[in-house]
Amino acid sequence: MMPLQDFPSSAHIEIHVQAEAFKPGDELDRWCALSAGAGAVASFVGLVRDLNLGDPVSSLHLEHYPGMTEKALHSICEQACSRWLVSSLSVIHRFGDLLPTEPIVMVMASSAHRGDAFAACEFVMDYLKTQAPFWKREQTHSGPRWVEARETDAKAAARWEKQP
Amino acid sequence: MITVRYFASLREALGKDTDQFSYDDTLQTVGAVLEYCRAQSSLHAETLASTKPMRAALNQTLAALEARVTDGDEIAFFPPVTGG
Repeated sequence: MMPLQDFPSSAHIEIHVQAEAFKPGDELDRWCALSAGAGAVASFVGLVRDLNLGDPVSSLHLEHYPGMTEKALHSICEQACSRWLVSSLSVIHRFGDLLPTEPIVMVMASSAHRGDAFAACEFVMDYLKTQAPFWKREQTHSGPRWVEARETDAKAAARWEKQP
Repeated sequence: MITVRYFASLREALGKDTDQFSYDDTLQTVGAVLEYCRAQSSLHAETLASTKPMRAALNQTLAALEARVTDGDEIAFFPPVTGG
């Protein structure tokens, strides 16, 4: 759908940057209870890959920039809330040591309209991928390696640039 | 005094996460600070070479090389991010 332009937003925003594991089902239950009047909740969960570039990944270390991470995620959520009718928006992102298939990131958006909730989730993920200061270091059978940024992620974020 | 922080592969290659420099008016932009960092050692020059994809932040917000630096600021250099 076409993004709506620059709503003044009083949306509720929650950012959780944490080393602890989380359970997406529990988080979604909590968010639905919190958003009971909203009408719709869309969510996205990202899982740690067990295979990357053809190599099995045995573990993942996620470095981040404490302080900037929270600031960047909050700014991304504020942008989403100014573009779509979203009543509340949450990002949970882990750092530290993770195992393959563990949840690494979760975005939840509440809205009266499913289109706005879906769009806000997708926008937050696309911007998070290119703007939030996290760096993945994979452990593979041939040793550790830093994951390189992907051109497809930059393209995914660029498509949200506002039309003049 | 300004603080320069390094993350991920840059931090690892340099073997440290922070440099601190006295501020003077030759360090007025993020780009000038980057040049100053490159001049610290051959390891800095190699690690922070312009041929490598790199991002910068000024006071914990992504910034362009032209962004204005003042005394007390925190600048960071790091590779393109790979979260999510």
